[in-house]
Amino acid sequence: MSQNFAPKIVTANHLVEGDVIYLTENGDWSRNHSDAEFITDEARAAIRLGFAEAQQERVVGAYLADAKLGPNGPAPIHFREDFRSRGPSNYQHGKQSEQTNV
Amino acid sequence: MYKYNDFDEAFVRSRNAQFRLQVERRVDGSLTEDEFKPLRLMNGLYLQLHAYMLRVAIPYGTLDSAKMRQLAYLADRWDKGYGHFTTRQNIQYNWPKLSDVPDMLDALADVEMHAIQTSGNTIRNVTADHFAGASADEIEDPRPIAELLRQWSTDHPEFQFLPRKFKIAVSGSPTDRAVTRAHDIGLRMVRNEAGEPGFEVIVGGGLGRTPMVGKVLREFLPKADLLPYCEAIVSVYNLLGRRDNKYKARIKITVHENGLDKIRELVDARFTQIRPEFSGVDQEHLAEIERHFAAPEFVSGPTAQYQTARDTNPAFRSWSDTNLSAHKNPDYAIVTISIKAHGQTPGDATSDQMRVMADLAEQYGHNELRISHEQNVILPHVHKKDLPAIYASLKEVGLATANIGLISDIIACPGMDYCALATARSIPVAQQIATRFDELKLEHDIGELKIKISGCINACGHHHVGHIGILGLDRAGVENYQITLGGDGTENAAIGERAGPGFAYDEIVPAIERLVLGYLDMRLDAEEPFLQTYKRLGAGPFKAVLYPEAIKKNAA
Ligand code: SF4
Repeated sequence: MSQNFAPKIVTANHLVEGDVIYLTENGDWSRNHSDAEFITDEARAAIRLGFAEAQQERVVGAYLADAKLGPNGPAPIHFREDFRSRGPSNYQHGKQSEQTNV
Repeated sequence: MYKYNDFDEAFVRSRNAQFRLQVERRVDGSLTEDEFKPLRLMNGLYLQLHAYMLRVAIPYGTLDSAKMRQLAYLADRWDKGYGHFTTRQNIQYNWPKLSDVPDMLDALADVEMHAIQTSGNTIRNVTADHFAGASADEIEDPRPIAELLRQWSTDHPEFQFLPRKFKIAVSGSPTDRAVTRAHDIGLRMVRNEAGEPGFEVIVGGGLGRTPMVGKVLREFLPKADLLPYCEAIVSVYNLLGRRDNKYKARIKITVHENGLDKIRELVDARFTQIRPEFSGVDQEHLAEIERHFAAPEFVSGPTAQYQTARDTNPAFRSWSDTNLSAHKNPDYAIVTISIKAHGQTPGDATSDQMRVMADLAEQYGHNELRISHEQNVILPHVHKKDLPAIYASLKEVGLATANIGLISDIIACPGMDYCALATARSIPVAQQIATRFDELKLEHDIGELKIKISGCINACGHHHVGHIGILGLDRAGVENYQITLGGDGTENAAIGERAGPGFAYDEIVPAIERLVLGYLDMRLDAEEPFLQTYKRLGAGPFKAVLYPEAIKKNAA
């Protein structure tokens, strides 16, 4: 792990659905933050972001977001990423509705 | 209501057909996002936090029942059964799929609506007084002028790449309900000494990062000069406006940096040059447009039912006290339907609610509806005898909240629940303030009070012109809310003053409660509204109730 590098995940929106998605270790995309690849190395982060950005026909707006390790896997740090991982606070829409339905 | 002619229809249809192909090419990978983004934005399609968002223009806030029903249809068919009405008289759908958007646009075109120029550095949806054509204090209906401006600005080849977005608002009344002083161009109808109607032309207003009250460029502009004069303003701005710095690109900065006199000189010179090119075709066309906006055939008849209902039903009386405004026909009233039930999201209406409002407009309201920049829906022409029936129908679908102009009639932008630019949430703050003051049962006692909330410095929630403004910020990774006081969005426009340090998410509602209870103690009597008390006493005593700790510390 490089020193002074805050761990990251790669996130984007699904090209057609618009839903928030996360890049996993095996190069797939998941709708759950906890499935994201937890990246602790700056060079690796750049490579994975490049990999994501190259998937123009699947994703839109890929970027690196700060993350920490939680009990279930990577968890958001900033409240914006926390909201993105759940959905809006005024309705049970977005991910949180799918999650309660499972 | 304006009806599309063949040209309008063909233009919108061909734009939709183009966009359908562009979407296909994006989905199959032949267009990159960098290539596609400007194309989707030209058609009102944004990418937000959780999904795409389609922003549909409601020109000058006017709808008929068929349009409202179609908006409900879109909400059911391609979204989650609701829509969000914004401060720019647009409706936003928060959950469309990219592949569905071309169908949505076609469905909109079926009722002569579109999403063109709801984004980008162009002239945006022209907004107007939501009481246009109805209000007792109006000189003339401003909508024909707004429609003329809409047609002129739509796809105007010279103005597709302005330095920055450009917003025009029109009021047909000296009483400004369209916030004309916070627009790039504000047009407020006034009369000259000879009693002729014309426009006070205001330029360089705007909120956002650098809030400014617009300045009067022309005290009185004859109506016939309006289009060439507006064209002169926009073309001067197009050349002079800064393109080197996004934050200095709006016309308010151009006016500020060059001075009003210089701008006036340039605009006058340009106006003199182009005025002869406006051979009068625009005036003939305006006369044609005016025919589309002829007032409905008002019916006469007794209004006794209205008085009886007021006398016998206290809930109806309360609603009619707050939600009705004076119509130019004394037998009529303007009904403002609150889509701000306590605890609900300001500006959101479900598809069922939209259909009920469409039905009511058809049955009782000469088929007319308006959307206000304050995120409510208006039935502009209602005979007073029908008010009790309208109230009863509204009540059934949760639309009879008696709170127009009161503390829970809050403007709130989507904030970080939806908007990708947000720095904090605004909707839950609005919901909690409304719920809290409903619990306290103080709302009607407090009286007129405008709270406006924005989720970032862009100020879509107009917080600068709220009597109490709330701005949500990100302070070191935590939501933080700044309060401004004394803002005013009327013809006496003023930018609110910052009260002091911000409040955390769980402190902001208690802070507002302290502030408002403090006002109740400070006001002269129940007739003195918040803003007046603030103007009389200044910020000092309000800061003292907001920051009691600071006062204690200073005294120590
Ligand atoms: S004020 Fe900011 S957060 Fe609110 S809608 Fe506008 S850009 Fe988004």
